[in-house]
Amino acid sequence: MPKIKLGTKSPRIDMTPMVDLFTLLLTFFILTATFRPQEVAPVDTPFSVSEKPMMDANVMTVLIAKDNRIFFNVDNGPDTILKFRPKVLAEMGKRYNIEFTDDELRKFERNGASFGVAIQDMKAYLAARDSDERAALEKGIPIDSADNQLALWILFARQVNPSVQTMIKGDADTDFPIVREVLDILQEKNVNRFNLITNLRGAGEIVVTEETTE
Amino acid sequence: MAEIQQQEQAKGGKKKPKKGDAHVDMTPMVDLMSLLITFFMLTAAFSKPKVMEIVLPEKLKKDEIVEPPKIAESRTLNIILGPEDKVYWYPGKADPAVTVLQETDFSSTGIRQVLLDRNRALFRKIDQFEKDVIAGVIDIRQDSLRSAISQLKKDDDTGPIVLIKAYKTSKYRNFVDIIDEMSIVGIARYTFTDISWIEENLVNAALGIAPVTASGSAQ
Repeated sequence: MPKIKLGTKSPRIDMTPMVDLFTLLLTFFILTATFRPQEVAPVDTPFSVSEKPMMDANVMTVLIAKDNRIFFNVDNGPDTILKFRPKVLAEMGKRYNIEFTDDELRKFERNGASFGVAIQDMKAYLAARDSDERAALEKGIPIDSADNQLALWILFARQVNPSVQTMIKGDADTDFPIVREVLDILQEKNVNRFNLITNLRGAGEIVVTEETTE
Repeated sequence: MAEIQQQEQAKGGKKKPKKGDAHVDMTPMVDLMSLLITFFMLTAAFSKPKVMEIVLPEKLKKDEIVEPPKIAESRTLNIILGPEDKVYWYPGKADPAVTVLQETDFSSTGIRQVLLDRNRALFRKIDQFEKDVIAGVIDIRQDSLRSAISQLKKDDDTGPIVLIKAYKTSKYRNFVDIIDEMSIVGIARYTFTDISWIEENLVNAALGIAPVTASGSAQ
């Protein structure tokens, strides 16, 4: 029997369909990826067994850093047309008789990061050219009873967006009394439901011992 | 139409296209793309943090006077979050003369065992229920599973009522850990209250710090 002669064609594989598919996938993943702005303060969240994923929209976050500075963040909601952020800032400015220009409001909206500046320093914060300048102003939002700005931020965030949910992102090593203080401020503003941001971990072993006779 | 074809033919006739292989090597492109896809897939899957929901009882208004709810002393379990990840607990009511604080920790044989021992009946019930759902004995929709479990918790009248208090040097991590334990063990009723000066002194004694007098604390 004669041997089957193999063709002398080059063994090249046509990769065009593969490239097509990859491009499609890549586009999908790039578009769905949400780019979170860089966190202002490093926060190691504690671990918990909770498996509830974090919501994407309608969220205000109180961030408590390890050095007890408090940051606040409020997002734009599901629709960027709603523009919650500049509205909250405008309300806040009205309360403190600080007029924010349209340019400053736009800047505040575009910079989606949490902020830890007193409202008096907000203009300088928005005008800052680099992150070093900004970091110098971030002394934390005042929460003392004489000038409780955090309470006002919460109040206005809830006024502008009534369906906002409260997130608390605390560092695992924060002293509990400061967290308690934040919880108290929130409760004074009638927020009784909180979401603590955590990392997932397993529950460990659960041993049910036999019942003792009682 | 025909004209164009003619033109093309004419063109083709003049310049003969090269017969060589017009393939472009796409391997580096594929390499790069798979790398990028892997990156985006991984960041999409792992970047999402989790949240733990807690609901605290509503604060009373200043001029509002509401009778505090009566709870059976025998069912109360007090947990005090101490410094350095220590946990103290005692059953019933605080009495400086009688109460002895028990010290434990957040390991699975620590506070979890204490809670499990007291919440065994409810824990078994929830565990059995979940097993039945997985095995298909009970047919229930995923979204009503949680409400069914919370109904089980609501009906429970043997488990402990846990009062959680935090000592001044406790950490936020301890707070999260203890709520975690509550959900692992399936405690039906727990709440946060402020630490009283009696308890503070008990912790101080356990830590070897001189007690603070009652007048210093608001009570």
